[in-house]
Amino acid sequence: MDPLTPKDVDHIAQLAYIKLSDEESEDMRVQLTNILGHFASLSTVDTDGVEATGHTTDSNTVMRKDEPQPPMNQDDVLKNAPDRDGEFIRVRPVLE
Amino acid sequence: MTTHSTNSDLYFSTARELRAKFDAREISSVEATRTMLDRISALEPKLNTFITVTAERAIADAELADQRLQGTGQEPTALTGVPIMLKDNFSTKGVETTAASNILKGYIPPYDGTAVRNLKDAGAVILGKGNLDEFAMGSSNETSAFGPVHNPWDTDRVPGGSSGGASAAVAAGECFIAFGSDTGGSIRQPASLCGVVGMKPTYGLVSRFGLLAFGSSLDQIGPLTRSVADCADALNIVSSHDRRDSTSVAAPFTDFGQNIDRGVEGMNIGVPKEYLVDGMESGVREAFEASLKTLEDLGANISETSLPLTDHALAVYYIIAPSEASANLSRYDGVKYGLGSLDASTSAQATEIARGEGFGEEVKRRIFLGTYALSAGYYDAYYKKAQQVRTLIRREFTDAFLKFDALVTPTSPGTAFKIGAKMDDPFQMYMNDVCTIPVNIAGLPSISIPGGMSEGLPVGLQFIGPQFGDTAVIRAAAAYERATAWHKNHPLI
Repeated sequence: MDPLTPKDVDHIAQLAYIKLSDEESEDMRVQLTNILGHFASLSTVDTDGVEATGHTTDSNTVMRKDEPQPPMNQDDVLKNAPDRDGEFIRVRPVLE
Repeated sequence: MTTHSTNSDLYFSTARELRAKFDAREISSVEATRTMLDRISALEPKLNTFITVTAERAIADAELADQRLQGTGQEPTALTGVPIMLKDNFSTKGVETTAASNILKGYIPPYDGTAVRNLKDAGAVILGKGNLDEFAMGSSNETSAFGPVHNPWDTDRVPGGSSGGASAAVAAGECFIAFGSDTGGSIRQPASLCGVVGMKPTYGLVSRFGLLAFGSSLDQIGPLTRSVADCADALNIVSSHDRRDSTSVAAPFTDFGQNIDRGVEGMNIGVPKEYLVDGMESGVREAFEASLKTLEDLGANISETSLPLTDHALAVYYIIAPSEASANLSRYDGVKYGLGSLDASTSAQATEIARGEGFGEEVKRRIFLGTYALSAGYYDAYYKKAQQVRTLIRREFTDAFLKFDALVTPTSPGTAFKIGAKMDDPFQMYMNDVCTIPVNIAGLPSISIPGGMSEGLPVGLQFIGPQFGDTAVIRAAAAYERATAWHKNHPLI
């Protein structure tokens, strides 16, 4: 396969919401190219008409009754937030 | 060493032996727990197996267990009063749970996972949370944000991973049983490198609710122990059907140790030749050949077989697991818990900074790999293709189990390696799991037990069974254990 380009790595970083330094980006580009190269052999396996396996238990949509259960303690949940304001979690502005 | 001889007997007792001592009133759970806590204090500077030790809670749990053992309240179980460790990717109510990542430092779960709930209900005494590779991504415990774990057999070497704290703690006598998670070998490979028993049950037998998700279709919780019987007891307690995990199976939960004394006579055991990979250490190969001879002497029918798709398992795994991880780890956005970035100008930037700073190198690498494999234009070539080959790998196993009751292989191609030796080459590191990964792809039960020594280091022997054939692998492992003394070797630490 062709080596990944710096632009490819920037695009993945954007999709993954991870900020990398320039040095990290270049290391990532080299390592991903190397790892993906090892996957090329998969294309030699004939998978025509073969179904994809998601889970090995072969379960599909599992339904249960929608019954209310005791909730978790609100304070126990909120105290983990890096920026809390009373009963709320504060976030940075969504739009600049 | 000033270690009292009765203490060192206790360090390496099995959970069953400890329970017998409780019943005989030779020792109380509080005394056993204090002995373990002292042992942990003494060894932690050398081993670094624990991220959090919950000494006060453990003593309180042990006091309750002692009451239960004395006949007040509920009937005691095989694990009542037994000091255990939980890998630090198990959600524990009120106890920091980090997954060995900076992004979760300080996170206190508001609930217990189902496996943890089952263990607490059984009266097990939780000593604390075990070190691991960050988010269970690694084969050496070197990617932990809390520093590497050292192998008690040689502290310059890795314990394996990702359940490296768990395997090293069981090997060193810091706890009687540890519980880990296995996505591609993360229980069995460290069990092999530390000379203990480690089992990944059939996918779906143990609820994943409250296990910090890595690869949801591959992750499975299981025990690390010093005997096969303890492994069966532990599995009996930790497994359950759970409505909180939609992949949890409603299978009949029989006694997993029911066939433990049956022996291997007449069992058909296959040796898939592809598992004897190029680059397998000669000491591992020799130990494996000797183990085959032992099984034959015990009356098992051993024959070679071929699973040609094994050669593609590593690629399938390193597409599927990172893809699932990239989705699972998207929840770490620095908003609800963990590391946040309070000075970014937008929410999106705050998330990018928190994830950039909070995740370590290997976790980022896998998220990038998975994100790429799932992205537009590459999905069919990578993710879908891998899932199709996964189907074929499952079929290959299903066919093999028409002929065989179990398969036997080495657990890992090598013994414990030096800390730092493989950190510069991610793909070389991934090769450690070449014998364990196919099992997760197919959701099968598998156990690694002590199966020899090579240059003073433990070698693991792996049995693989058909789906829900957990009792068969336990049966074969127990027969081998009775015929050998490898499990009685303990590190001098």
